[in-house]
Amino acid sequence: MIAAQDRKLALWNIGVAYIAFLIGTLCGLLQVFIRNDALQLPSWLDYYQILTAHGVLLALIYTAFFIFAFFITGMSKSIGSFGPKVRLFSWIGFAVTTAGTVLATIMIVSGEASVLYTFYAPLKASGWYYVALALYVVGTWITSFALVGHYIVWKKKNKGQLSPLFAFMTITTIALWIIAGLGVVATVLFQYIPWAFGMVDTINVELSRSLFWYFGHPLVYFWLLPAYMAWYVVVPKLLGAKVFSDSLARLSFVLFILFSIPVGFHHQLTEPGISNFWKFLQVCLTFMVIIPSLMTAFSMFATFEIAGRKKGGKGLFGWFTKLPWKDVRFTSIFIAMAFFIPGGAGGIINASFQLNEVVHNTLWIVGHFHITVGTPVAMTFMGLTFWMIPYLTGRKFTKSMQKLGFIQVITWAIGMLLMSTSQHILGLLGAPRRTAYSGYNNHPSALEWFDGILTNHVTMAIGGSILFLSAMILIYIVVMSMFISPKAVREEDFVEFPMAESDKENTPKWLENWWIWIGIAFVLIIIAYAIPLSGMIHHAPPGSEGFRTW
Amino acid sequence: MHFHKYEKIWLTFGMASLVLFLSIVGVSAFSQDHTPAGGMTTIDPKKVNETAPFDKPGVTQLDDDTYQVAIVALAFGYTAPELKVPAGKEIIFKLTSTDVVHSFTIDNTKVNMMVVPGRITTKSYTFDKPGKYLILCNEYCGAGHHMMFTEIEVY
Amino acid sequence: MSQKKQSTEVNLKGTLVSVFIIGIIIIAMWFAVYGMYVAR
Repeated sequence: MIAAQDRKLALWNIGVAYIAFLIGTLCGLLQVFIRNDALQLPSWLDYYQILTAHGVLLALIYTAFFIFAFFITGMSKSIGSFGPKVRLFSWIGFAVTTAGTVLATIMIVSGEASVLYTFYAPLKASGWYYVALALYVVGTWITSFALVGHYIVWKKKNKGQLSPLFAFMTITTIALWIIAGLGVVATVLFQYIPWAFGMVDTINVELSRSLFWYFGHPLVYFWLLPAYMAWYVVVPKLLGAKVFSDSLARLSFVLFILFSIPVGFHHQLTEPGISNFWKFLQVCLTFMVIIPSLMTAFSMFATFEIAGRKKGGKGLFGWFTKLPWKDVRFTSIFIAMAFFIPGGAGGIINASFQLNEVVHNTLWIVGHFHITVGTPVAMTFMGLTFWMIPYLTGRKFTKSMQKLGFIQVITWAIGMLLMSTSQHILGLLGAPRRTAYSGYNNHPSALEWFDGILTNHVTMAIGGSILFLSAMILIYIVVMSMFISPKAVREEDFVEFPMAESDKENTPKWLENWWIWIGIAFVLIIIAYAIPLSGMIHHAPPGSEGFRTW
Repeated sequence: MHFHKYEKIWLTFGMASLVLFLSIVGVSAFSQDHTPAGGMTTIDPKKVNETAPFDKPGVTQLDDDTYQVAIVALAFGYTAPELKVPAGKEIIFKLTSTDVVHSFTIDNTKVNMMVVPGRITTKSYTFDKPGKYLILCNEYCGAGHHMMFTEIEVY
Repeated sequence: MSQKKQSTEVNLKGTLVSVFIIGIIIIAMWFAVYGMYVAR
C-alpha cells in the first residue's frame, strides 16, 4: 500500500471526479428526454444549460480528476512516496482545479454561461466563466508540475536508468497536456477575458477557434492516454503476464507527443479562414497519430494471446477463451477496448478532409465521442475504480461489489450500444447535434430521420435510461468502497494495484530523452500552425462584439 | 527495439491503408475540386448589409451554367428571399454571419458550411435531383438554435 | 529469457488475424462513408 498521505490526495481527486460524474450523467438523462419532447423543463432551466453542464462535468471535470487520482496512485506506487513539496503542490493544484470547477458550475447553473464546453466566440458568457476555465487548466498544470517534480527527484536518485513504464507514460501524458494547454490558456487569457470584462470591444473569432482546437484535439489524447496506460500496464498483470514490449509501448507514447497536437484543423475542415493547403497538411499529420494506436492494438492482442496460450489455449483462437472473463477488472477494460474499434475507425472518417462534410456537427459526432471518451476511456476508468478505491481505502472489494460491477459495465455497454448506434445512423442521415427537441416544423426530411428501427426517439431514450441506471450503480459502488465496505484485515483481502512487470533491458535510452520529443513536437507545431495563425492575425477582419443569444 | 514479424506486417498494412485513404481524398479534393467549404475572404461583420453580394441576398445568375446564392445567417434564421435554383447547374453558395457562428447545412447534400462572422464561406455544389431541401443550422448559436432552418427549392 | 528471443519465438497467429479483422472493419467503414460522400 502506498503512503497514507498520497492515498488521501488520490481519494479526494476521485471524490470530486464522481460528484461531477453524478451530476453530469443526470444531465445526460434529462437531455434524451427533452429531445423526445417527453420532458418540459422549468422556465429557469434550459436545454443548452444542461448540455453545457453535461459536457463540462463529464468531459473536462470527471476525466481530469480521475486521471490525476490514477497518476498520483501509480506514481507513488511505481517511484515511491511523495516528498513534502510534491504533496503540497499536488494539493494546491487540486484546490485550484476544484475552485475553477465550482466557479464554472455556478456560472452554468445561473445561466451566465450557456456556451457549451467549446465556448465559441462571439457567444459571450460571463467573464467569470472564462476565469473558471483558466483556473481549471492552471490547476491541472500545478498538479502536473508536482508530478514532474516527483519524477525528477527519482531521476536524480537513479541516474542513467530508464524510469518505470507507468512513470514514463505519466510524464508523456503530462508533457502533452501542458503543451496543449498553452493554446487554450492563450486564447482565454489574451482574447476572452479582456473581451468578456469589457477591456476590449471585439474578438478575433477565427483565431480563438483555432487556438481552442490546438488544445481541443490533444485534449482527447489526454483522456485516451491514461486509458492506454491501464491497457499497457494493468491488463497484463490481470492476465498474469508481462508487458508485451516495453520499448514499443514507450515508442507509441512518444509518437502521441509528436502527432496529437499539430492536428487541430481537422476539427475546422468546413470553415473559412484556413486555406485548403493547411487543412490538408494537418489531415496528413492526423493520420500519423493513428499509427501508435495501430501499434497498441497489436500489443493488446499479443498480450492476450501469449497469456491465453500459457494457460493452455490451443489453435488460432483458443487463447481467447482462457482470458479471465470472470474478473470484472479485466472484462470491463476488454469491453472498453472493443468499443474503441468502431470509435477509432469513425475518427479516421471524421479526419478524412472532405468526408468530414458528411458528418460534421451531426449526431454522428455525438455518437463518435460516446464510443471513444464515453466508453473506451470512461469504462477503463470504471474498471480502474473498482479496485483503486478499495486499494486506497484499505477496504475489501467484496463479492457482491464484484457482481454489481459486472451489472454496471454490461448495462453501460448495452445502453451505449443502443444510444451510439442510433446517433451514428441519425448523423449519417443528417440529423444535427447540439439541438433541443425540434422537428423543423415537421419537415419531411426531419420526420424521416426518426423513422427507423434504430433511429427512433424510443431507442435513444432507452439507451440513455439504461446508461443512467448504470451510472447510479457505479455511484453506489464508489460510495460503498469509499466509506462502507468492510475493512480488509487478512492479507488476502487487501486489494492490490495490478502493475505488470516490464522488461527494460532492450529499451533504448533515447526513448526517455524528453528534449528530443518535446523539441520535435514544437517543430511540428510551428510547421503546422505558424503561417496560418499569423495569417489570421495579420489579415484579420474587423473583430466581433459579444452576443448573448440565450 | 524489436518488432515481431507479424507486427511489421500489420503496421505495413495499416500504414498502406492510411496512405490509400489520404490519396483518395487528396486526389479527389485537389484534382477534381472536391474541397470542403472554406474561403479566405474577409468582411466587416457590422457592414454586411452594405457589402456585396450580401447587400442583395438571394439567387443571382452569373452565366448560363452558374448561379450564386448569397445568404446572411443570424440568430435564428437566414436572410434569404425565396431560394429557388435549377438542378444540374453549378450553384456557388456564399455565406456570412452578422452575429455568432452558425452553419448552413443542406440536408442530403455535400453542403455543410460553417458560417463565421468576419469571414465569407464559399461552397460550390450541383444538385442532381429537383425537390425541396431542408436547410438547417448545426452549430449551436443560442436558445433558438433548434428553430433555425429554412428551405431551398430545386427545380 | 531475453525479450528478443521471446518475441521471435512466440506464436502470434491469432493476434495477426485479430488485428487484420480490425483493419477490415476500418476499411469497410471508411469506404461506406466515402460511398455516401460520392453519392451526395
